[in-house]
Amino acid sequence: MWSSWSHGRRVAVLTIVVTIILLPIMIFVLGPNMPPGKNTDVGKGQVFDNTVLLIVMTPFTAFILTYLVYAAIAFRVPDSDSREGAHIRGHMRSQIIWLVTTTAAVLFLAIFGTAELLSTGAGGGQGPKPITKPGGTVLPVQVIGQQWEFTFRYPTYGGVETAQLEIPVGTQIAFHVTSLDAIHSFWAYQLGVKADANPGVDNVAYVKPKTTRSFDIRCAELCGLWHGYMFDTGYVVTQSQFTTWIAQQQRLYAKSMKDLPPFAYTYAPDPTFRAG
Amino acid sequence: MAVRKLIGFNLLTGVVLGVIGYIVGWQLGHIPTGESIEYFGDTGQNDIAMFCAYMLGVIGFLVGLGFANYPIQRMLGKPPSLREKETGGWTRYFGLCTDHKVVGIQYLVGIGVFIFIGGLNAMLIRYELLTPNQHLANGNNYLTLVGLHGTMMMGMMTSGILGPVANYFVPIMIGARRMAFPRIEALTFWLLMAAGVILMTALAFGGFPTGWTGYEPLADQANMGMDAYICFFALVGLSMCLLGLNMLATVITMRAPGMAWGRLPMFVWGVVSTAILMLLAAPVLFSALLMETLDRTAQTGFFNVQAGGSPYLWENLFWIFGHPEVYILALPGMGILLEILPVFSRKPVWGYRLAVTGMLGISLLSWLVWQHHIFVSGINADLRPFYMLSTELISLPTGFIFICALGTLWAGRIRLTVPMLFCLAWIFNFLIGGLSGVFLSDVPSDVTTHGSFFSMAHFHYTIMGGLIFTFFAAIYYWVPKMTGYEINEFWGKVHFWSMFIAFNSTFGPLLVIGFLGQPRRVVTYPGFLQGANEWVSVSAFVLGASMIVFLVNFVYSQVIARVPAAANPWGSKSIEFQLPSPVPVHNFDRIPTFGPDPYPYGEGAEAAPSGPVIAPARHTK
Repeated sequence: MWSSWSHGRRVAVLTIVVTIILLPIMIFVLGPNMPPGKNTDVGKGQVFDNTVLLIVMTPFTAFILTYLVYAAIAFRVPDSDSREGAHIRGHMRSQIIWLVTTTAAVLFLAIFGTAELLSTGAGGGQGPKPITKPGGTVLPVQVIGQQWEFTFRYPTYGGVETAQLEIPVGTQIAFHVTSLDAIHSFWAYQLGVKADANPGVDNVAYVKPKTTRSFDIRCAELCGLWHGYMFDTGYVVTQSQFTTWIAQQQRLYAKSMKDLPPFAYTYAPDPTFRAG
Repeated sequence: MAVRKLIGFNLLTGVVLGVIGYIVGWQLGHIPTGESIEYFGDTGQNDIAMFCAYMLGVIGFLVGLGFANYPIQRMLGKPPSLREKETGGWTRYFGLCTDHKVVGIQYLVGIGVFIFIGGLNAMLIRYELLTPNQHLANGNNYLTLVGLHGTMMMGMMTSGILGPVANYFVPIMIGARRMAFPRIEALTFWLLMAAGVILMTALAFGGFPTGWTGYEPLADQANMGMDAYICFFALVGLSMCLLGLNMLATVITMRAPGMAWGRLPMFVWGVVSTAILMLLAAPVLFSALLMETLDRTAQTGFFNVQAGGSPYLWENLFWIFGHPEVYILALPGMGILLEILPVFSRKPVWGYRLAVTGMLGISLLSWLVWQHHIFVSGINADLRPFYMLSTELISLPTGFIFICALGTLWAGRIRLTVPMLFCLAWIFNFLIGGLSGVFLSDVPSDVTTHGSFFSMAHFHYTIMGGLIFTFFAAIYYWVPKMTGYEINEFWGKVHFWSMFIAFNSTFGPLLVIGFLGQPRRVVTYPGFLQGANEWVSVSAFVLGASMIVFLVNFVYSQVIARVPAAANPWGSKSIEFQLPSPVPVHNFDRIPTFGPDPYPYGEGAEAAPSGPVIAPARHTK
């Protein structure tokens, strides 16, 4: 049967077989393990988004790789062979099929990505005027990047500034990210949040944590000498733990509060200085 | 006579005058006094002196090479001429020469040296990343390594194919005897060499911490090493702009009879679409660098928040240049791919018009996507859906290139020679590069992958996997024509397989490391990623070793073994292979004519010759 098939039919069948093998792997093995994990609403959205991307890519990948390997094996001749290949200059129907399928895939991905983005904001920095705002009560947390650490201010708790990040589970958080010097990027990996910290800019990102856990904070934008060391651990804790912790922080920093500038969404940075 | 040659206008006098210019500039830069100088006075930093030194150094270098001679002679009333030092043995290669073939070989060697240096930087970076903690370099040296690697590769590879291959072969392919502006052609090469040396001097002034993107306000903080970065990119931008202009002018005005637009070889189409981007993108970079220069010297505030400026301005201008830039790197590779596949499949290009549409489409769309580099920066949050759509739309013209490449293989008689292997590897590598790019173009997914090793691995898949692989395809395919000597095929295959496997073994795991949360350009990383990073480092060293295989094979074949190459070793039907190897000084005795078919391959095509026709030489002149 195989030997009587045309090359075209063989490639088509092989592509379908490879796709059928790969799809369950993408959906059930790779997909659920895609970053950043389902710890938050936006993280869950990103995992779903990544899985959909994998699924859409699979048939195209299967086709191109199958075709490439098949062609390199089936049409190969020894270097000494001086015969010419078939005289084919194109094939309108395959060109149209290719154009239609790739266009459909691209438009689907763009529309799907836009819908995902507009539903939750996807955890990305949205600037001072967010286009996607969650309803209900929001706990604002300011993230201040400076060379080379992040500090955090809680405006609803007297603007207390801490060196550690804790947020309550099940609460809608609004990170207001800004910087005092160079551009940093606040990346809370397990939360699925990333927002650049620009001097003079209030960059807002929303997230709603679903489970209590620790998460890694890293700076994701090159910010100078100690960029590689600009990492930290944050915690998602229960509501009561958070209340206790923030009260403790307020007591701890009560004396130094008067030295801090009043809470603002951006701060006037120090004059430009020269560092490594 | 020998003394006269030595002190004539050549590389030696260029270097001497360059050094003199540098010293004079340094002194001049210390003359102006005022607030701005005092500001840096006690830090030992004087950017004005640095810029003056670099500028006068470059001018001295160019004057020493002889670029001022012709304009001065013209002013003194000498008749116009298009040729300079086109004959005269090996000394041609060490000075201003207007023969496009000499410039091509100068480019190949000159760029090769700087890319080798860039590669060594990459090896040192991977050595540092063998352990989660810093052990080789201090933080500043590590960032300088990262910056030098990125900047050197990005700057040099912009002309990596247009420099050596297009300068050499585009005039031949369109049936011309020279480029439209031969002196500008030589100038682009020597500007690039001056730029490379200037970037290396950053090491002497404390390096620069910003990587190749040079983000503000970090760049404003940086010490004098940053000025080397600025001057490097400014000279590269100038060189790119002139190179693009020269290529476009050549292809538009100098095509031989019969060489209609619909008959251009695919490689020339790749060059045309690249040249459009070069001509238009480089000025944007240049203007941004000018602002940065003013910020650092005259204390303007384009990028300074306190003075009313914005770092977003740099991000936008840089990526308006930067995204076309990555297609400047990718498009010549696509041209080479579609040029070489027909030769070794013995078939015409499949879907000629579709492929041209693809290249020009990429050229056009690359202007509309730049903000996908700053999706999480907080600027224009409401425009993100547009940039997501426009970025994903680039898959369509790129898809045209894929389907044309695959179609060309169909029912061919494929010979897996070394250039062909490199081209087939392009299809695999660029596929991975394109697919990983989809994750970065999609905003929800980009939130995690942005600024991570994932994006770094993605662009190494497209640029190293796309451009460098086709660059090597071009070397194995065309260098025997350029020098007249064969390259050993067995060691070429060893080079290919070691490079292909080590490349994927390096950058495949880096995609995963990025997904697992390692940011770019860090000197430390979490302990659980050490195993993966060690694997990547060892693979990278093997990748480096494969380059040594290439280098030894190349030098041995070209310098020691010197087996004369046949005029047409591949059975190619394009015009450069109808000429003797190496190509004689003025290419053609008589301008050739071109038939309707640029790719007369395939069964039955021999019966009706329709490709290029080179008339026999007229011996009367």
